Amino acid sequence: MPKREEKTDWRFNLGRKEALIGCALAVFNIIWWYGFAYTLGSKPPEEYTYILGFPAWFFFSCVVGFVVMVVLVILVVKLVLVEVPFDDEEVERE
Amino acid sequence: MNWQVLVPLLALLAFIFLIGIWSNRKMQQSSSFLTDYFLGSRELGGLVLAMTMAATYGSASSFLGGPGAAYSIGLGWVLLAMTQVATGYFVLLVLGKKFAIVTRKFKAVTLIDFLKERYESKPVVLLSAFSIVIFLFSAMAAQWIGGAHLIQSITGLSYLGALFIFAIAVLIYVIIGGFRAVAVTDATQGIIMFVGTLVLLIGVIIAGGGIPNIMADLVAENPNLVTPYGHDGSLSAAYVTSFWILVGVGVVGLPQVAVRAMSYRDARSMHRALIIGTIVVGFIMLNMHLIGVFARPVLPGIEAADQVIPLIALETLPPWVAGIVLAAPLAAMMSTVDSLLLLVSSSVVKDVYINYMKPNASYQHVKKVSIGVTAVIGVVVFLMAIDPPDLLIYLNLFAFGGLEAAFIWPIVLGLYWKYANKHGAMASMIVGIGTYIPIYQYNETYGHLLGVHAVTIPVFLSLVAFIVFSLINKREPYYF
Repeated sequence: MPKREEKTDWRFNLGRKEALIGCALAVFNIIWWYGFAYTLGSKPPEEYTYILGFPAWFFFSCVVGFVVMVVLVILVVKLVLVEVPFDDEEVERE
Repeated sequence: MNWQVLVPLLALLAFIFLIGIWSNRKMQQSSSFLTDYFLGSRELGGLVLAMTMAATYGSASSFLGGPGAAYSIGLGWVLLAMTQVATGYFVLLVLGKKFAIVTRKFKAVTLIDFLKERYESKPVVLLSAFSIVIFLFSAMAAQWIGGAHLIQSITGLSYLGALFIFAIAVLIYVIIGGFRAVAVTDATQGIIMFVGTLVLLIGVIIAGGGIPNIMADLVAENPNLVTPYGHDGSLSAAYVTSFWILVGVGVVGLPQVAVRAMSYRDARSMHRALIIGTIVVGFIMLNMHLIGVFARPVLPGIEAADQVIPLIALETLPPWVAGIVLAAPLAAMMSTVDSLLLLVSSSVVKDVYINYMKPNASYQHVKKVSIGVTAVIGVVVFLMAIDPPDLLIYLNLFAFGGLEAAFIWPIVLGLYWKYANKHGAMASMIVGIGTYIPIYQYNETYGHLLGVHAVTIPVFLSLVAFIVFSLINKREPYYF
């Protein structure tokens, strides 16, 4: 194997950052999902309140949780992600 | 035979053939058969990419088994199913741009190409190819059996006749079109799945007299059905949460999903796929499982869980609409099967045959071998599905978790950790599969170890094995 130079492609640092954003989104998703489901949902069913027909725990955890994740993903894509070329030739041309 | 249901279904199959033929004509203009047949020349746009991931991932279980479980267990199972929303964004962000750049640099066509270049180790390649062939082959056979059962229940044909129709439809378009046909038909099927889900949801809510009414019926029958803990209170928070690993973030380790993360055209397609994928996966998972729960008051007393969706569609919708809606699970199964078929044949042809047996094969030769191997594997699966051997059913139980335990760290750490090496990768795969199967067995007999799904512990153990074995051997950084 030829010795490679110790130089990091700038696109890789970006990739690493985006991977961490992915992990952060998943952690947030888990906390939101778990938080609503097992607090509001752990009451006895007779004490449940209902929103749009759904039990409140389910409405917040699954329905609102899904919408919140979609909004967050859209925000991340629009505001944080950067478009980079994938082929090496394109990088050298620039 | 119910022609009003059958005609829309047949129309779907015909439409899919047309797409296969169109892709095949496109392929004849391309210069590299391998990249095109197995990756679609890395040209997938955002919509196709998102749909193909959703369709590959959403298999028989999301349309038949999952809603069936929700029917008997209640909202707790919908909560569990929602752990899958993460697959829509997690895989693309985590593998993301670095995986796309590196696999282009390596000219990798399969997941194993990536592992081969990264770890430079023959044992790693052979062990990976072996696990992919064994696990995916059995996963695929299980889908064929499911597909045949579904066709059987709609048409009233014999099991063998139904299996034959399913097999012919899948084989023809995989063989003539390759990855591009699979990806484009997956996208069509993804759209069918999305629309079918919406129509059926509306039908069930109307039949049940509105959501508040349905919930009141469920509480009247058994209040546990509307709690997160399942109809008998046995669904623990730890167990449900461990599904984040099995069907949420762990999906990064599935070869059929990872290979899609190397097929997109550019960063813009990837960005669009992130948004569309999250919406589509979340929408289908939430609503299909809700349909299962809502079906309970509308159509009580269904014994076979797999029958819930077909029965509720025939009950609540006009026949021709039911035909279109039932095309959705069929589409899901076909798209899972075709991707798996392609992946298994790419492992045989590209990773074993060309790497080690005939490195200088000509274009024509590779083409013949690829199409031939795909056809042979398809026929073998068909023959095995006629009378499925016990071993096949047994292996299918492990397929999903086994592949995740084997591949998640070699992929993720290989990409992001410069000290990852072949010793770590080998140890990780052996520990992952080696502990998953016994723990799975143990859980079947004695209840869930530590209260979590069988995949959880092996994923952590294989991480430890990866790091320890990478560090105790030669500690030399790797640069792409």
